[in-house]
Amino acid sequence: MQRILAAGFGGQGIVSMGKMLACAGMKEGKHVSALPSYGPEMRGGTANCSVIISEREIASPFIAHPDTLIVMNQASLDKFSKLVLNDGLIIANSSLVEINNDIRTKTRVVEVPANDMAIELGNLKVANMIVLGAFARETGEVKLDFLKAALEKIFPPRRHNLILINVKALDRGFKI
Amino acid sequence: MSEKVLMCGNGAIGEGAIQAGCRHYFGYPITPQNELTAYMAERLGELGGVFIQSESELAAINMVFGASAAGARAMTSSSSPGISLKQEGISYIAGAELPCVIVNVMRAGPGLGDITPSQADYFQAVKGGGHGDYRLITIGPASVQELYDWTARAFYLADKYRNPVMILGDGFLGQMMEPLEIRKIKEPKLPEKTWALTGAKDRKANIIRTLMLKVGELEEHNKKIQNKYKRMEKELIEYEAVLTDDAEIILVAYGTCARVCKESVFLLRKEGIKAGLIRPITLWPYPSAIIRKISNNVRYVLTVEMSAGQMVEDVKLAVLGRCPVHFYGRMGGGVPTSEEIVKKVKKLEAHRPEDDQPLAGRHKGTKRKE
Repeated sequence: MQRILAAGFGGQGIVSMGKMLACAGMKEGKHVSALPSYGPEMRGGTANCSVIISEREIASPFIAHPDTLIVMNQASLDKFSKLVLNDGLIIANSSLVEINNDIRTKTRVVEVPANDMAIELGNLKVANMIVLGAFARETGEVKLDFLKAALEKIFPPRRHNLILINVKALDRGFKI
Repeated sequence: MSEKVLMCGNGAIGEGAIQAGCRHYFGYPITPQNELTAYMAERLGELGGVFIQSESELAAINMVFGASAAGARAMTSSSSPGISLKQEGISYIAGAELPCVIVNVMRAGPGLGDITPSQADYFQAVKGGGHGDYRLITIGPASVQELYDWTARAFYLADKYRNPVMILGDGFLGQMMEPLEIRKIKEPKLPEKTWALTGAKDRKANIIRTLMLKVGELEEHNKKIQNKYKRMEKELIEYEAVLTDDAEIILVAYGTCARVCKESVFLLRKEGIKAGLIRPITLWPYPSAIIRKISNNVRYVLTVEMSAGQMVEDVKLAVLGRCPVHFYGRMGGGVPTSEEIVKKVKKLEAHRPEDDQPLAGRHKGTKRKE
């Protein structure tokens, strides 16, 4: 069972990340749940999404201790890093997140300068996909192809022109 | 089996209604159920149904009254404060014996409260939120698939018994995304709605009303609907039992809390504590018989809710003192965690000797903590 907590600003595509992970997990034939923090969160507020990908039926969709914490901003790291178990993993958007040595000695940390890489690709909004690509490679929990396939489900047909750059971002993250 | 789609609970309720043939939806927006209203707007637009974003909750429930009286499968949805506003209409619909589906995606109160999840509308749903002696068939699903299945089934049950059905969810169930199989709905065929107001050309006019001023008429009507409720109590009860066969303690919870409790049961079993779970699916009629039966074999029952303790009263009525009934709850948007529940059970385990005393042998004056 893989318990993933993704967190960041509203507008960074946190819930989309959760949906993508759940869709990809479903394609693997696994049980999945995705629980977004819902609220008056808009751009700039905080958002998080708890995703479980499991071989067996998921009892509770809530996550007390994530196996993997994905943090897209500093506030999320400060809030959630202590929940990660010692053998857990933190994937951090190092363009916006600074990891101190205390965390580094306790937990495995993968730093992805996702904002900078997204800007290089030409669209800041795909930073979340770069991090997801890195997640797929680091954990092997979901196949990159399944994440790519999930893009069609996440974007409504009128937005399918955005799939290409998101695929590029997933590839970029996977190749770090 | 059809391919599964990832869907949020609110969307699953909407699709369940569509698959059951609901083509009339009336609602007024409120978080955390807005995805449902939006879903119905989109789907009913595609299908040529009737979607009205009403000017108020009162208007919405009375539009349901009208559509149902005309024989349509009709639905409204809201969240706690909005459901309070609908209570007058719900009482009228129950009194007029009209079928409809009402969805409450509960949020925390009292008052306007906030948009976080809650189960504090249990009393309102199962004990009668409006005036008069009436009952709603009340369903407490606990997954996205169940929200779909039970919403679809709710329309059948509503028509079968000519009674409103309430789907009692909460903010987390509405927002949570899980795989959904959009199953074909197969229900037995029901008789024509010969009572519906469909135009009285070439037949005697049907009348649907709740005002009954003739002496004795209203009492007879009440007896009739009470008999119907008795029939429902015999025919409708559904629950899930998890690891109850050898259980020494039983948790009772519904909806989101039941999901958390299920995990707690697994955690407790790992530590050698023989716990089980009863998850009522029908909240009215309530699965009292199974709880009563199990209470003979367990040391105690622990009820877990996102409220100050509402369903626990029905658990106590079922147990009738056969064993102690304890309660753990969170309010105002708090959700019990599986660890909290495990901690509560361990605390109760520490008090075992007192709880182990057989009921008959207990000193009459002993004060017991519940």
